[in-house]
Amino acid sequence: MANGDDSDGAAAARPAPDDEVVAAVVARFPATIPWVSHTQPVVYVERDAWHDLAEFLHDDERFTQCVDVTAVDHLVDEERAAIPGVTLERFEVVANFLSHPRNRRIRALCEVPEAEPKIASLADVYPGVNFAEREVYDLFGIEFEGHPDLTRILMPDDWVGSPLRKDDAPARIPVEFKEDPAPR
Amino acid sequence: MSHPAHPRLPDERLERQTDEGDQMLTASRRAVVADGIWADGDDTMIVNMGPQHPSTHGVLRIMVELDGETIVESKPIVGYLHTGMEKTGEELTYVQGGTNVTRMDYLSPLSNELVYSMAVERLLDLELPPRAVWMRMMLVELNRIASHLLFQATNGLDLAATSMMIYGWRERELTLRFLERVTGLRMNNNFIRPGGLAADLPDGWRADLDELCATIERGVRDYADLLAENPIWMERLVDVGRISTADAISLGITGPILRATGFAWDLRKAQPYLAYDQVDFDVVCGEHGDCYDRYLVRLHEILESVKIVRQCAERMPAGDYRVQDRKVTPPPRARIDESMEALIHHFKLFTEGFRVPPGETYVSIESPRGEIGCYLVADGTGKPARLHIRGPSLYNLQSLGTMAKGALVADAVAIVSSIDPIIGEVDR
Repeated sequence: MANGDDSDGAAAARPAPDDEVVAAVVARFPATIPWVSHTQPVVYVERDAWHDLAEFLHDDERFTQCVDVTAVDHLVDEERAAIPGVTLERFEVVANFLSHPRNRRIRALCEVPEAEPKIASLADVYPGVNFAEREVYDLFGIEFEGHPDLTRILMPDDWVGSPLRKDDAPARIPVEFKEDPAPR
Repeated sequence: MSHPAHPRLPDERLERQTDEGDQMLTASRRAVVADGIWADGDDTMIVNMGPQHPSTHGVLRIMVELDGETIVESKPIVGYLHTGMEKTGEELTYVQGGTNVTRMDYLSPLSNELVYSMAVERLLDLELPPRAVWMRMMLVELNRIASHLLFQATNGLDLAATSMMIYGWRERELTLRFLERVTGLRMNNNFIRPGGLAADLPDGWRADLDELCATIERGVRDYADLLAENPIWMERLVDVGRISTADAISLGITGPILRATGFAWDLRKAQPYLAYDQVDFDVVCGEHGDCYDRYLVRLHEILESVKIVRQCAERMPAGDYRVQDRKVTPPPRARIDESMEALIHHFKLFTEGFRVPPGETYVSIESPRGEIGCYLVADGTGKPARLHIRGPSLYNLQSLGTMAKGALVADAVAIVSSIDPIIGEVDR
């Protein structure tokens, strides 16, 4: 019933800066910037290589699951951690990959410019990201090219705007209160 | 209905999205719009289950395409409970954030608080005192028991085993009563906070806990006697809604559903957090990946959690229940009366909160429903720049189409029930 090897688990929790998966990714995609974010291995990927990276991780590096896809809008950040070599853009698309056989994780980030909020969909490699990419499309207005069913998921179909963008203000839809009861 | 335009949104973007309104309708919905309720000829019929169906555990709508009584295609339509909690998270300070995330998966609020607190603590590089770690572990496992007991209850109710509903709610209420004694609230506890916990364990907790554990163990034996080999129960669940390990992994499924396919993957064992590497417990896994195995996995996980809770109670270390860092946790109440500095710290913490240095992290733990993750981005201010919760229910629910393909429409209820989705977490 026990699963995995304990020493391997400890290694996954605290990877060395020269993580072997990161090294393999950088060897395959030389434009990738490796980074360690609070002990977690991270790669900053070029937008063109986003889909190839997922295929590489899935086929060659045995990353069995794409645990999560989400995005960040950095429009109003007071301070933003500078990553040497990375041209920071307004949006960042983030994918967390998990390898069950190797018991390790890697996170890939991709800078997406405001002018062209588009990125390749990973749904053909990892079908599980279908809903997650729809959510990012819905809430950030980032298009995933090649997605099988890119529609709004949480907001109504006729909604205008992307709620999680920083310039999409909360409470812009006035709340309708019922009339006051008759004067007492 | 159209909505008033946001003043700061450029106009051309608005127009573009309005023009594409028709494309936003999904393929299946377009079929419904075009042909009324009949789609693709006369062979199949599209039926909507929910969003007010009692077996959909909240407001979930399932669009089912039927060929006679057989499900050809099914698709969960979510979003009815979307309340913008991730957006709200950006408006609350790190101290207040717990009250927000705890309401996402409302059956295991402590797991949400834990994953959020762990993410904040990682960005702050905080190390917790041992008592805080063990208290967290004990409370989260109790919460897992409560959540799985409620699954037993609702699963029974959905399949018309009404007695099981009464028993499940009864024992869950006892568990919640203990949590109420410790945290002050039955649900949405906001007890696990960045830096530790809100309070220490109350006097006499040990005696109450021992009694609770004994009651739950007795209860689980009763449930097994009642249902596990009941022919009607097995008829409804065995071989219904099967999914293979490979499909489950590629669809992003985690937690009891993945383990029911025979793959013993549990983050508590595989990538231990808190002190799970120091307690003795087994990862329960099934074999066939059907509704029956999912039922059994959750039933047995209750016993494993009781085992962990007992070990926590026995080995509960003495000491602080939160870090003694006045920038993160408030000073003891008594100090506020005698120390000006303590009063200032208290005031600053609850008005402005604390600042978190810029950075990003993803923390994941095993919630009762699977891997719950928190992706947190800080920008140096007192509020998160982005707070994203990876809800396991969203991914698990996605697999409904695969599980329900070829099943009878009557089994759809059993399958949704065995996924155990919490719509608050799906929609956030």
